[in-house]
Amino acid sequence: MWSILSTSNTQWVLFSATILGIAAGIVGCLSYWKKQSLMSDALAHAALPGVVITFLIIGEKNLFFLIIGAAISALLGAFFIQWVQSSTRITEDTAMGMTLSVFFGLGIMLLTVVNRTAGGNQSGLDSFIFGQAAAMVRSDVNTMLALAFFVILIVIAGFKEWKLYLFDPSFAKGLGLSLSLMNVLYTTVLVTTIVIGIQAVGVILIAALLIIPSVSARYWTQKLKTMFLLSACFGGISGAIGTAISAIGRGWPTGPFIVVVAALFFIISLVFGKEKGILLKHLQFRKQQKAHSQEIGHHPVFQKEGK
Amino acid sequence: MTYTAWIIITASLVGLSCGLIGVFLVLRKMAMMSDAISHTVLLGIVVAYLMTRELSGPHMLIGAILAGLLTAFLVQWLHNLDLELHASMGIVFTTLFAIGVILISTSIGNAHLDIQHALMGEITFVPFHTMELPIVGAVPVTTVMLAVVLLIVVITIIVFYKEWKITSFDPALAASLGIPIVFMHYLFMSLVSITTVAAFDAVGAIMVVAMLITPAASAYLWTDKLSIMLLLSSSFGVISAIIGYYIAAWIDTSISGSMAFATGIIFIISFLLSPTHGFLSRSLGKQRNQFS
Amino acid sequence: METVLKVENLSASYRKNTVLQHVNVNIDSGSLTAIVGPNGAGKSTFLKTILNLHPSLTGSVSYFGQPLSKVKKQVGYVPQRGSVDWDFPTDALDVVTMGLYGQIGFLRRPKRSHREKALAALEKVGMSDYANRQISQLSGGQQQRVFLARALVQDAELYFMDEPLAGVDAATERAIMSILKELKQLGRTVLVVHHDLQTVQDYFDHVLLLNKTVIKHGRTEKVFTNENIISTYGGNIQLLKEGQGHVVHTLH
Repeated sequence: MWSILSTSNTQWVLFSATILGIAAGIVGCLSYWKKQSLMSDALAHAALPGVVITFLIIGEKNLFFLIIGAAISALLGAFFIQWVQSSTRITEDTAMGMTLSVFFGLGIMLLTVVNRTAGGNQSGLDSFIFGQAAAMVRSDVNTMLALAFFVILIVIAGFKEWKLYLFDPSFAKGLGLSLSLMNVLYTTVLVTTIVIGIQAVGVILIAALLIIPSVSARYWTQKLKTMFLLSACFGGISGAIGTAISAIGRGWPTGPFIVVVAALFFIISLVFGKEKGILLKHLQFRKQQKAHSQEIGHHPVFQKEGK
Repeated sequence: MTYTAWIIITASLVGLSCGLIGVFLVLRKMAMMSDAISHTVLLGIVVAYLMTRELSGPHMLIGAILAGLLTAFLVQWLHNLDLELHASMGIVFTTLFAIGVILISTSIGNAHLDIQHALMGEITFVPFHTMELPIVGAVPVTTVMLAVVLLIVVITIIVFYKEWKITSFDPALAASLGIPIVFMHYLFMSLVSITTVAAFDAVGAIMVVAMLITPAASAYLWTDKLSIMLLLSSSFGVISAIIGYYIAAWIDTSISGSMAFATGIIFIISFLLSPTHGFLSRSLGKQRNQFS
Repeated sequence: METVLKVENLSASYRKNTVLQHVNVNIDSGSLTAIVGPNGAGKSTFLKTILNLHPSLTGSVSYFGQPLSKVKKQVGYVPQRGSVDWDFPTDALDVVTMGLYGQIGFLRRPKRSHREKALAALEKVGMSDYANRQISQLSGGQQQRVFLARALVQDAELYFMDEPLAGVDAATERAIMSILKELKQLGRTVLVVHHDLQTVQDYFDHVLLLNKTVIKHGRTEKVFTNENIISTYGGNIQLLKEGQGHVVHTLH
């Protein structure tokens, strides 16, 4: 295992997976409070046709351009979800499901065409579906790192604005914060995180990296800042461990391992978390119940009437 | 029967069952639940395979139902623990799906199970794998399974029609009338699971979501009657399946992807043109209101 | 007078907070009771808990001396109007027919006689012209009347209604109240969560003042006094004596 991990390319890949996890953990907190957990899932799937179309246009697998294509396609998806739910009686849930599956269907149509054309099988676009961190070359890693740092920077720099925007948008507006600017920024960081993640984690599972760490963090703290920090840690560690494990086996996909590690953190948090963890909650409930039954002393609690 | 005919019949069966089930998914606001189940069903199939070393219909159906119910149960459990519904879905399905993919890529290796196949479906292979039935003769296995599932779906919908209606519209009233809403919920989740697994071979895990949700959402824009919505939705399902097949044949590409895309075309048409809920009629109506 | 509903030492919590504590109430048959209390006093939770739609921490509830499961058909419930999706593809008559699903039973379909019963109920609430109207095209008041008609077809002995008069027009309010009074004359028992303190005295013969626990319960003229209202609502209320009746005005 060490021999694999010690090659310089693997080290870079490991490092970028960690940074990606941190970025996803942080952005995940934003979408957690926007109550849009599955939006990342929908947008990740919606990015697929963009990736393939860009490849068809430029004819080579240049991550930087593919990311731009993915972003445009995901934004179209976001716009479509918004448009459908605001102008018909169709709910957000349905609009998301449609966008996700129809865009993905279009992506698969195009991908099949690409794979059929000469040399298409070498395109490596298939790895976008499950993620293959090991397939990344140095220039891919650089692109990813630059964008991940950009996302982290935007969230940290505007931390108090984000807080206001998430907690009480109308109040934020009253203070002169431009909601439309914040919405644009939010969508930008969300889409950026998703599209840089699909190379390493894949379109199907990238949502997990945004959802699971932030929810896990919620079980340990009531403070927004601590939640962001914890979520970033959970995301980063899951990214690193998952990538390391997937490097052991030949052709093992990265995404699933990252998700399973993140899920382990979630289970630990769910059970032992000091805010709303089930162990603590159970004890509280028992205490409450006991307090109630003691107060009424020997009053028969359950008595059937026979008239 | 010809090769093409079998593919169209199989695809139409997918369109029919998905169209019917989809109506209740949309009305119960559980569209994303079908996305979750369509992913976790993979884990059910893998585990069923690991335990029996067989990839036959009944094993897969049982594995799928169990996986679907497990998903529904875990999502509900987390949701009851105060976690937002979509967040609990996101956690449950990605985790179970990831476990499924890991099992396939590490222990089963190059067995018959292929993730690519499970996700994208390969309807072109369906007609080659047949079984002998009395009277009709050789019929593709997948087609038989889909026909059985459609039958189950239709019977369950007809038998429990009024219960579906009331538990979807007003669960509180249903519960106070003594209708077992929890049972109905899990029965419904089982239907979603078997429909998904039967459609797996034909259209794959993700495109089945398109077949489930999009025709129903399109139908929802045309009618205000549940029975008509069911009819419309299943017809849209069949039409998308057929259009999808011909698009795929025309540009030589993935049939399941084209079918998903075709459901999208029908939706866009409905979205723009529907007389009552369409975008055009609404924006025209708004303008009229502004002028008057 | 016979007791139709007996609630003993009921407690319930919602998330971390206990919202109901030691609720003890006996409801007499043939009474028309307003459940009154400030926001967050647990009025809706009270209805849901005694109907087993929300878990209770402690306590017992009996209907006609029996557990709810045995007498479900004699108990009718009208949820808040906002609790359902009015975009659901169905019409007014169909919604009313849903009230009969308990009687029709599992696996059976509604027959013509059921439809007629539903139509009669719509007629009663003045909505027979709208029987085939899609429910999203009804006004708030009309939707509430449909809900009431749905409860009427259940032909229950005991009714629970959650804010049936919230946000309805004056005509609907009159129609609903005349039906509630008629139910009372037929000897039925009705409990209504009510938010408008000014109309309590005109509409209801009993009042249940609730704020996490029962503050006072009894005949309106005895219980609905300034003193009791203040102790239910705390300081958030302003009382003005005008003539014989109280004109009560909430500050928020």
